[in-house]
Amino acid sequence: MDDTSLKEDIGTEEFWVNMGPQHPSTHGVLRLELKLSGETVVDGIVHIGYLHRSMEKIAENRTYTQFIPFTDRLDYLASMNNNLAYVLAVEKLMGIEVSDRAKYIRVIMAELGRIASHLFGITTFVQDLGAFATPLFYGMREREKIVELFDDVCGQRLTYNYMRVGGVSRDLPNGADGKIKGIIKYLRPKFDDLEALFNSNPIFTARTRGVGVLTASKAVNYGVTGPNLRASGVKWDLRKDEPYLCYDKFTFDIPVGNNGDAWDRYKVRMDEMRQSLRIAEQAVLGLPEGDPTVKAGRIFRPEPGETYMRSENPRGELGFYIVSDGSPIPFRMKIRSPSFSNIAVLPDLIRGLKIADAVCVLGSLDVVMGEIDR
Amino acid sequence: MIIPVLTLIIMLIVGAVVLGFIAVSAMFLIWWERKVSAHIQTRYGPMRVGWHGALQSVADVIKLLLKENITPSGVDRLSWWLAPFFAVVPVVMVFVCIPFGNIFGIELIARDLNIGILYIMALTSICVLGIFMAGWGSNNKYSLLGGMRSAAQIVSYEIPLVLAMVTAVMFAGSLSMQKIVEAQKGLWFVFQPNMAIAFAIFIIAGTAEVNRTPFDIPEAESELVAGFHTEYSGMKFAMFFLGEYTNMFVISALAATLFLGGWSGPFLPPVIWFLIKTYGLVTFMMWIRWTLPRVRVDQLMGFAWKVLTPVSFANLIVAGWILMK
Repeated sequence: MDDTSLKEDIGTEEFWVNMGPQHPSTHGVLRLELKLSGETVVDGIVHIGYLHRSMEKIAENRTYTQFIPFTDRLDYLASMNNNLAYVLAVEKLMGIEVSDRAKYIRVIMAELGRIASHLFGITTFVQDLGAFATPLFYGMREREKIVELFDDVCGQRLTYNYMRVGGVSRDLPNGADGKIKGIIKYLRPKFDDLEALFNSNPIFTARTRGVGVLTASKAVNYGVTGPNLRASGVKWDLRKDEPYLCYDKFTFDIPVGNNGDAWDRYKVRMDEMRQSLRIAEQAVLGLPEGDPTVKAGRIFRPEPGETYMRSENPRGELGFYIVSDGSPIPFRMKIRSPSFSNIAVLPDLIRGLKIADAVCVLGSLDVVMGEIDR
Repeated sequence: MIIPVLTLIIMLIVGAVVLGFIAVSAMFLIWWERKVSAHIQTRYGPMRVGWHGALQSVADVIKLLLKENITPSGVDRLSWWLAPFFAVVPVVMVFVCIPFGNIFGIELIARDLNIGILYIMALTSICVLGIFMAGWGSNNKYSLLGGMRSAAQIVSYEIPLVLAMVTAVMFAGSLSMQKIVEAQKGLWFVFQPNMAIAFAIFIIAGTAEVNRTPFDIPEAESELVAGFHTEYSGMKFAMFFLGEYTNMFVISALAATLFLGGWSGPFLPPVIWFLIKTYGLVTFMMWIRWTLPRVRVDQLMGFAWKVLTPVSFANLIVAGWILMK
């Protein structure tokens, strides 16, 4: 019997497996259709849209200020940064300059929000690798400090609604800068602890190194941004390359990876958290006096025109394209969300991998369904 | 006439005691695992039902008893119904040969078979059938993948597991569990260099044998939802659960008996020593589970065939050479 006839006799069949929208590792309502040959992924199709809430259409029926709480629900793990990206866009549209204190407070909030988001991203990623809940709880414990601060500052733990067009909703409460310094002091050694838990773990290394390699050119072609892009070796960070607020006043590094594998995506996030601490520390030390709140009314009419403003969110570039017709509500709004482009690269990355690695790649991309479906 | 009837009654009593112990032990272990994991994760775990949630498992059992037994459409009825029993019955049968020690000169072992170890090896291999039947019978692709994975895994890890056991048997010179314990009266086996290696191999392979992290690929929550028992509910699920925790107890009891001197120890009564060692090993396995990520299926097989099996063979040969010298 030769080889081919043997193959026909005991031929194997490829089959489709539906992963999600309810699945422990699809983080929300992502649905993947995987074509499997045994354990190997032959093909994958990403289905999105289960969390669609017509955010962009809702924006056409709200005043500019009324839409700020909706941005909380985009990337719900980084509400502060979404708020910021949106108000920056409106400020650019109206040509408003905010006070120095407001800028510094915004930077502190954005960087702490980035740390909170990355803590979540890294620890859920490790949970997807099978370390059930322990790293997640450690990450949550550290994140809790930041969430408590946000609670003090704006009264919310998840959907902050803190930024306003022209400033922030209220000044920092008394003693907040001391608290922020305390958080920075608390977090620094905790990052070392987390890294010790992962970096020296041979199973973690074996599961992530060389898995789901995203080349720099592919990342650029797909429009991948944020830590995922930097992990592929492209040094592109809007905080450095297109500085907004007062990021040009702070010294910080942009961590980049070499290989673009899951390990690099993890490592870049880990290093970025340290850089965020550096920025937050400089900002809180140099916090100027003044009034960061807005005295102008809540309803305003920008000149007819259009603008696009993007800023560096924890997951990549979040851009708002706003068209104004001179009325108090936007004529059209388009949101460019980073996770949407980041998830698009997934089918390319998981072809030929094992199921376990597909889960690993999905976790390492760190997508949030709230901003994919909007 | 009177003797067989008496034997039957004694056997029934012993059986009831063993079954009672298994049920209580499994319930304790479930509670213990929840507490251990909670404290590792900076939580409290169950606190409401009883003292520190001590009766949580009782409440859970009541809940599972009252739950509807759902049979999905398109299941392979025979294997679907038989699978939970295949997962539990062999593990329970292993208890016949586990030496718990002695109280007032009465040996606490249901039957000290002269081929005890062989009997245990044979029975622990049957468990994989239950898992595979569950995976195949459920008519669910995730379950099927889980079943296939567990078949591959357990077959691979059985070899180093058995070789590690054989090393202990060679040193003890007997297949009887009691004799193996008595052979360690002077010095526990684990304190001899190549028995220490065998002990490490046994713990690793044993962890894989009971499908626990880092070798929990048949269940693999983040990949296969729950693997082979995705479709099971109510008491059928409880049977798998009981099987899993009892299996963990059995592997730890075997490790304690073969390498840590079984029930022997100073001051405390033998039963207490046996339980301390066994539950200590169980706790160690829990500690591992709540710390490490999961290995990938090909890494798992590679580790079994390329590392564990050669090392255990080499270890066996060295042990033989030491004994012949």
